[in-house]
This record gives sequence, C-alpha cells and structure tokens, in this order.
Amino acid sequence: MACRTCLWLLGTTFFTCTVRLVVEGTEVGATQESHPEPGVVGSNHSQAGGGHGSSISGIQIVTFKWHHVEAPYLIALWILVAGVSKMVVELNHSLTSVIPESALLIIIGWILGGIIYGADKMQTFTLTPTVFFFYLLPQVILDAGYFMPNKLFFSNMGAILVYAVIGTCWNAATVGLGLWGCWLGGAMGDIDIGLLQFLLFGSLIAAVDPVAVIAVFEEVHVNEVLFIMVFGESLLNDGVTVVLFNVFDAFVSLGGAEIDAVEIIKGIISFFVVAFGGSLVGIIFALLISLLTRCTKNIQIIEPGFIFILGYLSYLTAEMLSLSAILSIVFCGICCQKYINANMDERSVTTVRYVMKVLANGSETIIFVFLGISAIDPAVWVWNTGFILLTLLFIFVFRFIGVFLLTWILNKYRLVPLEFIDQVVMSYGGLRGAVAYGLVAMLDENKFKEKNLMVSTTLIVVYFTVMLQGITMKPLVTWLKVKRAAVTELTLAEKIQNRTFDHMLVAIEDISGQIGHNYMRDKWHNFEERWLCWFLMKPSARKSRDYIFNIFHQLNLKDAMSYVKEGERRGSLAFVRNETKADVDFNKKFRASFSEIMPDIMADNMGPDHVPLSSILQDIVPSVCLDMHEQDLTMRESEDFNAHHLLQQHLYRGRKQHRHRYSRSHLETNRDENEVQEIFQRTMRSRLESFKSAKMGVAPAKKIQTKHQKKDKPQKMPNGNSSDKSKNHPYGDKDFEFSEGDGGSGGEAAGDLFPMRAYRVEAGIVNPAFMAEMDPMDNMQQIPHVALLPQTLNSFDT
Amino acid sequence: MGASQSVRTEHEFQDVADRTGFSLEQIGNLNKRFRQLSKNEETLSRQDLASISALDNNPLRAQIINAFFDKRNLRENEAGTVQVIGFEEFLMVMSHFRPAAMHITEEEREKLRREKLRFVFNMHDTDSDGTITLEEYRRAVEELLSKAGTIGQETAKAIADAAMLEVASTTRGKMEPDEFYEGITFENFLQILKTFDIETRMHIRFLNMDTATMRCGK
Repeated sequence: MACRTCLWLLGTTFFTCTVRLVVEGTEVGATQESHPEPGVVGSNHSQAGGGHGSSISGIQIVTFKWHHVEAPYLIALWILVAGVSKMVVELNHSLTSVIPESALLIIIGWILGGIIYGADKMQTFTLTPTVFFFYLLPQVILDAGYFMPNKLFFSNMGAILVYAVIGTCWNAATVGLGLWGCWLGGAMGDIDIGLLQFLLFGSLIAAVDPVAVIAVFEEVHVNEVLFIMVFGESLLNDGVTVVLFNVFDAFVSLGGAEIDAVEIIKGIISFFVVAFGGSLVGIIFALLISLLTRCTKNIQIIEPGFIFILGYLSYLTAEMLSLSAILSIVFCGICCQKYINANMDERSVTTVRYVMKVLANGSETIIFVFLGISAIDPAVWVWNTGFILLTLLFIFVFRFIGVFLLTWILNKYRLVPLEFIDQVVMSYGGLRGAVAYGLVAMLDENKFKEKNLMVSTTLIVVYFTVMLQGITMKPLVTWLKVKRAAVTELTLAEKIQNRTFDHMLVAIEDISGQIGHNYMRDKWHNFEERWLCWFLMKPSARKSRDYIFNIFHQLNLKDAMSYVKEGERRGSLAFVRNETKADVDFNKKFRASFSEIMPDIMADNMGPDHVPLSSILQDIVPSVCLDMHEQDLTMRESEDFNAHHLLQQHLYRGRKQHRHRYSRSHLETNRDENEVQEIFQRTMRSRLESFKSAKMGVAPAKKIQTKHQKKDKPQKMPNGNSSDKSKNHPYGDKDFEFSEGDGGSGGEAAGDLFPMRAYRVEAGIVNPAFMAEMDPMDNMQQIPHVALLPQTLNSFDT
Repeated sequence: MGASQSVRTEHEFQDVADRTGFSLEQIGNLNKRFRQLSKNEETLSRQDLASISALDNNPLRAQIINAFFDKRNLRENEAGTVQVIGFEEFLMVMSHFRPAAMHITEEEREKLRREKLRFVFNMHDTDSDGTITLEEYRRAVEELLSKAGTIGQETAKAIADAAMLEVASTTRGKMEPDEFYEGITFENFLQILKTFDIETRMHIRFLNMDTATMRCGK
C-alpha cells in the first residue's frame, strides 16, 4: 500500500511536468510559455498568449484546453500533492514518532523538487513570499489564536512578553553583531555586506517560528507552562520582527550615514505602534465577529464563514496599515473565541473548529513541502562555510544565553519559578521556520547583493532546527525528564476544587489587602461579566455560560451516549422488563414550555472532542422492524403479556427514514417528536422498574414520586437533571427527597438531545439488565459515574 | 486601645515570623492591614471581616470568614470556633497561603501540602467530624456556583452528587451493596487532589511593600 501511494505521488508530479511539456510541445508558435502567477507557481516565465491553430477544419468534439484551466488546476494539483504527501508520511507510525512529520514533509519536498528540477531543468515551483504570507500563513495563525488556552496565556503573559520582545531583540542584536564581528575578522571571506545588512539578517533569523514550534511540540507533549511560553513567544515576537525588519530595511536603503538619533527613536516608537496597533486591530475585529455572531441566528448555515473572512480581513488590514499582521490575527482569535462559541449554534461551532483545523493543517503541510522543494534550486545556492556555520552556532548559543539570562531575571518575580530543565527545553525549542524564509525571500537583490547567500543560510538554518532539533527534541525531553502534559482529564471534583481555589485566593487577597494576580483576574472577570458579555453575547447564551455546568453537561451527554451504545450492543430487547404498574404521565411534561435556555446550552463550546449528540444518535440507532422483534420476543419472554403492548412501550420504534430535504440552508433531518418522547418514556420506565427491583417496598414511594412529577412541570425548567434524582438518592438521606420537587427536567425536549439530558449520571446503569453482568461495566470505567452506579445505588439504603 | 498597647516589639514579631514563616516586612504590612480591619483594636471579629466590601461578590465569603475563626486552623486540635482572633491567629491562617520556599526537602513539601489541603478540607467540613458528607459538599458546591446566576439549586445538587460519586468510585472502588459511603475523609481528599500542584495553586505572593493603601476602599 505504501508503494502504491508513493507511486501515485510520484505519478502526480510527473503528470504535472509532462502535461506542461506536452502542452508546450503542441504549441504553435515559439512564444514563451505562460504561467500566470496563481500563487503556487513561482516561475519566471512571462505571460504569453496561446494561440492555437489558425485554421479550424471542422467542429472539434473534444478539445484539450489546458491554458483555460492552467492556473487553478495547478493550484489544486499542488494541494492534492501536499495532502498525499502527508498521507504517505503518516503511513508509518513508528517513523513519525521518531522523526517529526514536518521533517518528513521537507524530505518529500526535496524528492519532489528533484523530480521537477529534473524534468524542467529549473525550479518552476517555489515558495514565494506573497503566497506564503497571504495565503498560507494566516490560517495557521488564526488556528493558533482560536485554540489558544486563554487563561494560561494571560497568566503567563508577562513572561511571554519578556521573551518575545527582549529575547528577540537580544537574539537579533547578538547574531547580527556576532556575524559582523566575524566578517570583520575575515572568517567569511570576501562578501559584499555591511553592518546594517548583518543586523537585518540577524533580525529575521532571530525570530522563533510558530509553525515550526507547533509542528515539533505537537508530538512532544511537554507541560503546558513550558509549551505556552515557547508558543506564546513565537506568536508575539512577530511584532518585534516586523519592526526590526522594516527599520533595518529602511536603514539599508538610507545608507549608513543618514542614521542618527532621530531615526533610532523613530524606530523604537514604531515598535510600540506596530505591536499595539496590530493587537488593537485584532481586538476590533474580534469585537466585530462577536457582534456579528450575535445576530446571525437566522443564517446559521453561513455563520462559520464569517469567522474566517473576518479573521483574514484582520490580517490584511493590519498588513495594509503596516502593523503586525500576525499579532492582529492572533488577538482576533484569542479574543473572539469565547463569545463566538457561546453565540453560535453548536453545529456552527463544530464546523468552525474542524474547518480551522483542516485549513491550518493543510497550510502547514504545503508550507513544509514547499520549503523542501524550494531548496532544489541551484540558482539560489551560494555556499560560504564561515557564514553558514557561524550563523548556526550563534543562533544556537545566543538563544541559550538569552533564555537563561531572562529566566534568571524573571524568576525573581514569578510565583512559580521556571526550572532549569524547562529553560533548557525552551532554549532548545527556539525553532526557526518558514517565516524567516519568507522574510529573506522578500529582500531586494539590488540592495542586498548577498541575498542568495542569506537565502541559502536561512534554508540551512530552517532545516537544521526543524529536522535535527525536531528529531532530537523528544529524546531530549524524555532524557531530561521534563514534566509532561497531564494526559487525563480532570474529574468533576477536581474542577470544582479548582474553582474553589480561585475564589479562595481572591478572598484571601482581599482580606490581606494585597493586590495580586488573583485580584486582577477577578476584577477583569467581573468587568467582563458585567459589560462585555452583555454587549457581545446573545441573551440566551449569557445565561448558560458557567464552566462547571458545561463540564457537568458534557459528562451527562457522555453518559447518555454510552447508555445508548450499550443498549445497542445488547439489542433493544435488553430493556424489556416487567410491565410497570406505575402510570407515569409523561405527556404533559413533554409539552410543557421550556425556556429558550435549553437549546442554547447546546451551543456552548463543549470541548475538543465533543461530537453533537444528534449526529451520534442518528448513526447508532437502527431502524427496527417491529415484526421481526415480535417473533424474538415471544421466544425469549416466558411471561404472559401482551407482546404488542410491550413492544410498543419498550422498544425503539422503527425510525422513519430520513427524508433529506434538498435545501442549501437546512441540514436537518426529520425529528419525530413521538420518537423522542418514546425514548424518554422507555428510559424513565426502566429506571422506575430497576429502582423497584433494587429496593423492597418502594412502591408507595414511587407513587409519591409520580405525583410530584405530575405536579410541577412548567416551573422546573432550566436544569439538566432528571426527576429520578430524588428517588435514587445515593447518600443515605433519611427520607427520599420528595420535598424538593425537582421533577422538572423532563420538559426540555426540543429534539433528540433532551431526553438524553434527562439522564442523570446514574441514569443509564440502573437498568437491571446491566446489573446482572458487571463486565460490560468495566468498559465504562473511564466514566466514573457510569461505572459507579450499580453499587452505590444499592449501598445507600437508608 | 492606647497606642502603646498596639505597638509590638521587634522581638515578638520575630517570634511570630519564625513560627509562621513570614518575613518581617510582610508581617509589618499585615499588621497594618489587621489594624485597618479591626479598627485599631487588638482583636478581629467576624463583623470586621464581613465588612470588607470586596468580598461581597465572592461566593466563598462565608466559608472563608469562618475559616479564620475555626479553631482547627489555628493549630489547636479542637473543634469549634472562636469569636475573635488576635493578630497572631490572623497570621497563622494567612500562613497557609504562603508560597513554599525554594529549597525545602521532600518531607517538608509534603507537610506543607498536607497543611494547605487541611485548610481547604476544614473549610468544607463544617461540622468538624473529619469527613465531608454529601450535605456539606452539596452546600459547598451550591455556594460556589451560587454567584454564577443561572445555575439552579437542583443543578448544583446534581453536580455535587456527581462529584461525590466520582470521589467514591476513585477512592473506594466497587462497594458492596450494603456498604455505606459516609463522606470524603481527609485521606480521600488528598488522594483526589493528588495531581494538583497545591503548593503553587494555593498561594499568594505576600508583597514586601505596603499595598493596602493602593486599593480604593477596602
């Protein structure tokens, strides 16, 4: 299979080249081939018309119109090639665990570059700065901003800024000056270069690259503080890089003589303007996005589009104003994530997440493949041993020195000092990548005589860091015993404790009169709740934002899903039980009006692996034919009862086939309210029965329960809990909590989701069918609520 | 009280410093704050703490204030609460939130951890019987989530129940049908929060400078 895909990959590239050659060959006339700049193609051929044939002999049934589709065809083809490369790379997992994917992609790029070069005798496809900065980089950064763990980011913001600003300046200065010194000393031979050019080169090679950092650290899973430091630095240092690059570029144009104090001061001011201006642009666009999503209730189908367009616009706007585009799009993503996740429909949120990931991953792949391809071009290669080796040495050594120095200073002010080992990894993780290459390719050859030397050096530096440092990162991390990321999700209890700690710390700070981190955070939190959420969130979204509640809700959903799966596994008949005497009236509850809070709770961001329940249900639930089951049933059950009645009550009804309405704006399939109600009834019934069988003499209790449920429907809406909470009282309370009358949960149905929400954590497993065999439970151990129930319910006899 | 009575000698401060681990400047600042809160009296009462306006929004307000007057936190091994506390007791409660020194042994770190967690445990265990029963936990969760606004009481109860179930399953595993889960003991509590980096999660940087005046009002 690997061979096949490799062959296919090679075949695709061959196809590209041969198509071009063939087309060239069939061209009448000696005009040069035309390759308009679609983006991916960066050749130097000029535009030419493709005059086909002067005389038409008859009607041509089929014509080969290559030029017609050339540009988009090539782009699409290259995207396909990049995707297939990624597939090839991922074929062998043992390989990817040793060598990071980015390194393998670069190698594939080399191979492809070699093929193309062999076919064309020149490198027709390279990574041009325009394509890179306008079409490939924005989505990677938007993805980084959107998925950024805000709390972690902002609590370490001080340290991140120190590394990003001061660290990058330090790196740029030392590398530039170091190289200059060595040049003066003659280590590089005779090259046409000056101090300013060295400084410019230093500034573009000094910046840590976000794409490379993501690509390498993704495989390594270091602890989150360390990761956020390196990652945050790589994002925020763009502010510095842009300024330094522009300033030194201007200086080089001006010439050394024109530089005086005024210019330098202007340079420093421009840093603040660029950095803060860029962030401000990003924040403004974030506000725009949030406001937009607040009003898009009626066009939910295109909601996700807004995010991407506005994110891209924030990038371009900042670029237009010569501010830091990366900072802009990062802050756009960071600031809007909370509000759009609250405002948008759940499906839109999922769409945004997945599309974001697709775009970012795709871009990353293309970037690395092209980084490889661009190297196979003898035209750009200039080898100067001194320059290259010294650059490598300096960036490595000065990074270490810089990080250690800054950390030493920072540790005096940090609550949690950064350990030595973390510092080592942070220094080692200062990877350079495509951004540096993009910047160096933007240099003007006329001003920079040694541009090719710089390009070659940059490529070598990128390869060195991405490949060598990437490969050795994991072993290093393991060898140094760096603290790794916590793999397990926090349990509910831990999350509650987390919240407790937060509040406790704020309170102690208040009492002791200290102004601290927590005080600030609390103030911001209050401000945000009062003003920002009011302004930016839909009213319905505002009510259901609480973090712990969302966790709880997610857990309920998870339990519900496993309940369904388990039911499927056993066949629906597992739910069949004795006829229940209790006549629970579910109908009224169902039709009770429920507040609009319910649907919007679904819209909240559920976390990375949340899959909408509705889609799962539709996959899992089979269409059961009643006739067939009737046969089975009579065979299994020995009791005498009305099979039809039983079926009607206990089985899934055959689900109607989904009638897909062809519509561009509605993705829904039909949802039958009866279906939904039936599920709910069945499960409620089974719970009642199991409870009855688990405890003796409960019948009276049940009746009271029932009465309660009948009583309080409309009021008891907004909570995700089912009514049987009151009867499955786990903790040994002396009386069943009928007094609470919390029967309300049944009413929230607006779709398939709600009856599932009516499950409490105990819900699914109460079923006696499950209790007989404990083994299946073990599969569910990972969900403590689920696993726990059979035992605990029995243990709470009062 | 007269000014002379409120002036502590260096020597006394030093004593307290050794016991609680604060530095002298920090003690000085906290003393000033204590004076401010207690309106220059020798002792602090519940009323004084309750009058801090900044605490109004805090869902854990009542519990924190109680924690100050809880004898268990004052290094006395008895249950019950006191009515007023002096400066030393104030410091003792505050010392639970001190950051760990950089170079301490594993044992000391463990001891520090237990102390801090003990404080939190005591806060939840309101009847001082050594276990956090479901009722207590429920109340804690309700109060915690009460300021969130939309979470109803039932939901908070459900969350508390779910969390309790989790704890029971992780600490006790499968239980026999007739076993009864009384509540979370201190050992269980430690176990649940094993992964928490408590020394860093639960500390406040006590500044050496006086920031009490920098905050508007109290």
